[in-house]
Amino acid sequence: MPHRTFLLFILPSLLAMVVFIAAPVVSVAIQSLFVAHDKVMVSVQSCSPFGCTDDVHVDNKATEELQKREPLGKFNGFGTYIDRNHLAFDEVGAILGDNAGFGDAVGRIYALPFYRALAFTLVYTFVVTPLAMLLGFITALAVNTVPGWIKGPVIFFSLLPMIITPIIGSLMVYWMIDANAILGVALQNLFHDPNLYLKASAPLTWIVLLLYGIWTNGPFSFVVFYAGLQMVPKDTLESAMIDGANRWDRVRFVVVPYLTPLATFVALVQLMDNFRVFEPVVGFNAQANASSLSYSIYSDLNGQFSQLFSSAAATSMLTILGVIVLLIPVLVRTWREFNLKAV
Amino acid sequence: MKHLLGASVSLAVLCLTGGFAMAADCGVTAGNVAILSNDFAALRVLADAAKECAGGSLKVTANQTTEHKNLQVPALTVNPAQYTVAFVANNSIAPLLSADLVRPLDDLIAKYGQELSPNQLIKVDGKTVAIAFDANSQHLFYRKDVLDKAGVQPPKTYEDVLAAAKAIKDKGIMAYPLAAADKPGWDLGAEFVNLYIGEGGDFFTPGAAKLAINNDKGVATLKLMKALTAYMPPDYLSYDADAMKAAYVSGKVAMMDGWGSYAGDVINPKGPAPDVAANTVLVGAPSIGSNGIPAASLWWDGFSIAKNISDADAEASFKVMMHALDPSVAAAHPDAAPWLMKGFKPGAAQVGVMQTASSPNAKAYPMLPYMGLLHTALSNEIGDYLKGSKDEAKTLSDIEASYDAAAKEGGFL
Repeated sequence: MPHRTFLLFILPSLLAMVVFIAAPVVSVAIQSLFVAHDKVMVSVQSCSPFGCTDDVHVDNKATEELQKREPLGKFNGFGTYIDRNHLAFDEVGAILGDNAGFGDAVGRIYALPFYRALAFTLVYTFVVTPLAMLLGFITALAVNTVPGWIKGPVIFFSLLPMIITPIIGSLMVYWMIDANAILGVALQNLFHDPNLYLKASAPLTWIVLLLYGIWTNGPFSFVVFYAGLQMVPKDTLESAMIDGANRWDRVRFVVVPYLTPLATFVALVQLMDNFRVFEPVVGFNAQANASSLSYSIYSDLNGQFSQLFSSAAATSMLTILGVIVLLIPVLVRTWREFNLKAV
Repeated sequence: MKHLLGASVSLAVLCLTGGFAMAADCGVTAGNVAILSNDFAALRVLADAAKECAGGSLKVTANQTTEHKNLQVPALTVNPAQYTVAFVANNSIAPLLSADLVRPLDDLIAKYGQELSPNQLIKVDGKTVAIAFDANSQHLFYRKDVLDKAGVQPPKTYEDVLAAAKAIKDKGIMAYPLAAADKPGWDLGAEFVNLYIGEGGDFFTPGAAKLAINNDKGVATLKLMKALTAYMPPDYLSYDADAMKAAYVSGKVAMMDGWGSYAGDVINPKGPAPDVAANTVLVGAPSIGSNGIPAASLWWDGFSIAKNISDADAEASFKVMMHALDPSVAAAHPDAAPWLMKGFKPGAAQVGVMQTASSPNAKAYPMLPYMGLLHTALSNEIGDYLKGSKDEAKTLSDIEASYDAAAKEGGFL
């Protein structure tokens, strides 16, 4: 295809990407460098049905003037990035300089809000991505052997976790694992422990969230791998059988190599998706035990009537940075393969 | 879109039900009245009463949603504002005041507000910025039958609550006799605010946004919060106010620090649990020790009128709201809320709020622009303390650090 034709062909989507993706990212990046102006405060008496108090309120006129002069706010550079609610350079420095051993340092860093969110996000990403892919692959292999007449319904049921809206899915599971609900009671009876509350301890909450993540992400891998399985050439499989390969050998030496490029693609998409984990944290009411980067952004923007735009913007930029770091190995690998083919 | 949908549905309902009836006489025939409000029973009563005025060229619409707090500032900032009336409370009025989005109501009150009593007026710097119509607070709900069975007296202080909970647990009547809304988010912060008020503490140094909770009272508040959790189900950190109410109604809880706004549901004999309803007693919030300060923050709900609308619409809005706030509306819905309207006689469901609010030592939730930042910091930091991974001093200094970072970003420090 001539370059000009190619350019014209992708121009509309390029334009859309600039307007809807690149421009907002730039705007968020700029926003993250600014904080609100120092509010001009005045002392006033305020009265309610429950009596009067001396309060301080914002002097709107004076504050508005500041706002008009510099609509973006006060320039803060990377101040928001390194404050306590984000990368917390000062606090981490202090912890590293003075601690009672490795465990103590890790524990104290984990208590900082950003690192706590990052820890769960990373664990979720690296546990859920491979296991969900494995689950999807096994499901695809299994469905592939099912006789034709029930294939339709089986595929439909295998896709269900993906069809359910994530927040609804997590709420349903959340209600079922409640200590008074069917799964919660069943587990209590199974382990003979009336004090087994899945929602009470951090490790159990993490396990529930991870299992939920694997369950809900499995179908995506399943769909892609199932489509891929249809492409595996029959004659290669048959010749492998004639050579005496059993079922495991055929999967290991024929199917898996054929599906590897697909697996790279699935891993790419799933890594990005899982790094933005959000709905399970909200659906499982797990804020006390597990937080994620996306949840931090949400809670900044959905706070007590005051939204922390700069804080949310800084966390967003750090999330984007995280996604890029995660994807580099996969992208490098794709690039190498591309170059190999070109030669 | 939601707003449009809501408006068209309410218009359709009006056409169906009110097509032949005359619109109520509210003394106003033209204009546009649009209400933005939170969504609970008392507010629905008032919005419905306001809609009675619609007719001719007077349009009255209401968007009642729990997401109101995310809509209010942008919707009132544009000119003309998307809503003429905003239903507000102690905390939700703060951002409207900070951005100067509501108008002083004194002239309108002088002309049309004869029915209002002076304690309904929310004044800042001598100007009336909102008109309150009901009160709300958390207070004690307890099960008379369970306490009798355990042989304990109705609790008046938190020490009594702990002793009663211990007796109920020791006698094997209930495994977890207490419930509280301790979910990080909004509820956990509110729980600290209530108990810290009960300890008689100040949140900020007077006249400044500097935090002042890192003291003995803060430590005592945290210790009490932890002591209470010993009698709660182990997953108490996932309970919000609604989950707490559900646990109480299901009969598994003997005492809770519940909201006055749902007392009506809980003691409703036709509700899902008539036994629990019949045995529930509502009393004012307990104090801590013998200091006589109810450990609860008092709340009011009220309405403000947007600044960025025409004076004619503001006047129409005020008159429509005066129709909704007529004492007859409150009298017709005595169970919906402890109304502040003249001559209102509180019903059985309002005893708890009334007892709490009538104490001379009771305090309101602070109407400060940076209180929300503290509330968020409290919610984020106390969970770890309750789980036992840090002590009181560390928790309080963490709260302070978290608040400081947010307040600096917000331009308050």
